[in-house]
Amino acid sequence: MFSIVGRYLIFLGKLFTRRETFKVYWNRFLDECLNIGISSIFIVAIVAVFIGAVTCVQTRANLVSPLIPVYIVSNIVRDMTLLELSSTFMCVVLAGKVGSNIAGELGTMKITEQIDALEVMGINSASYLVLPKLLASIFTFPLLAILSGFLGIMGGYLAGTLTGIITPEDYIYGIRYSFIPFNVFIAIIKAFVFGFLISTISAFKGYYTSGGALEVGQASTAAVTNSCIAVLIADYLLAELLT
Amino acid sequence: MIEIKHISKSFNDRQVLDNVSGTFKKGQTSLVIGASGTGKSVLLKCMLDLVRPEKGATLYDGRDFYIGEEEDKKNIRREMGVLFQGGALFDSQTVHNNVQFPLDMLTEMPEAEKRDRVEFCLQRVGLEGTGNRMPSEISGGMKKRVGIARAIVMNPKYLFCDEPNSGLDPLTSIKIDELIKEITEEYKTTTVIITHDMNSVLSIGDYIMFLYKGKKLWEGNSQTILDTTIPELEEFVFSNKALTKMRAEKRK
Repeated sequence: MFSIVGRYLIFLGKLFTRRETFKVYWNRFLDECLNIGISSIFIVAIVAVFIGAVTCVQTRANLVSPLIPVYIVSNIVRDMTLLELSSTFMCVVLAGKVGSNIAGELGTMKITEQIDALEVMGINSASYLVLPKLLASIFTFPLLAILSGFLGIMGGYLAGTLTGIITPEDYIYGIRYSFIPFNVFIAIIKAFVFGFLISTISAFKGYYTSGGALEVGQASTAAVTNSCIAVLIADYLLAELLT
Repeated sequence: MIEIKHISKSFNDRQVLDNVSGTFKKGQTSLVIGASGTGKSVLLKCMLDLVRPEKGATLYDGRDFYIGEEEDKKNIRREMGVLFQGGALFDSQTVHNNVQFPLDMLTEMPEAEKRDRVEFCLQRVGLEGTGNRMPSEISGGMKKRVGIARAIVMNPKYLFCDEPNSGLDPLTSIKIDELIKEITEEYKTTTVIITHDMNSVLSIGDYIMFLYKGKKLWEGNSQTILDTTIPELEEFVFSNKALTKMRAEKRK
């Protein structure tokens, strides 16, 4: 366990040594923003809208006391979405999509000697391949978290108002009631940290793949499971630190 | 010229290379041969410093590759061209961009000049007009040719080929061998080929090193290899019945 953590830290160090020119990283960063961020918008939007809708419907169904005002439903949707669903839940979904993609891509490059080809040219393959993915993740994940938070609250609004369980006025009142702007900041911080963890853990798993196609599949699976565990542990630590 | 001196490497207490030395001369195609698992590819990786040996040195025209400044090492790497076993082409890039990649990363050449150089190299390996295709759209033989084009695009002083004939039909194998030989003579490169293909050994082997269980057992050329009396080399060379017949006729 300690040796794996040690290798992971050495791997992280390798990303920042013998770097290439800014232009090389800039072009690759833009490519990775497309691969990691833009291509994830659809899945993030679908997940966010439905999670927001389900949260709204479930909360209303369980708040049966007439003493609790109905706007509390959207109040709960807002806080759950901002504090957990738009960052943690969304990042667990992205660990599956982005994490397996990164590990699979690097694992395949490793077993087909593409990484050796880069090393032979005198290019720091870890830095060239992984650093743009890391930067793209920590840049796009917070943006996706903001989008996810907005769409989650919208999903709750649509589900609540279209089914008639809450009026539009109550919903808007609820999401404005006792709003703490710092919660948005918490969601962004979380997405930033989770982006770092998912991209580096998945890259680490993929980069050190050896063997054949079977091992690439195993590396992808390990990348997703390890990233999810890391996200959940980090989520707890950040909750303790930030709230 | 490349000199390897007393290279030894082991993995988990298993000795893969044991005190291997040899000299690969400029303008010659040098072959490292041996059965599977004898350490040929590990020797190549040691020469490229993809695997660091426990003992020994690799000298490129007298420059020790394992010691010295990072910049010196980078300069030596810029003089190398490597054809990997599977081609090692970047899947996400077109054939043209694959060949242009070293120029983009390692030179400040203007775009037009790069394009011309890439076109020239593709033409040299007989692949003109295929620049826009993706690696997944070309055959194994074409991938090797693209690999060779990428390897020569920087005008290398040292050319390495890891099993250039593997997975190819006999005719394509011969063409690839001829191409490597031509490039070696044309550009006066120091070419090192890892192979266990006897056709290559006999047709292009200016210098041949035979490895057996990690040790260098024999060295010579394509003329002297048929006269060998070393049992391990005989077993390797004359596993092909046609060659046994050829030797019998030669002795007659």
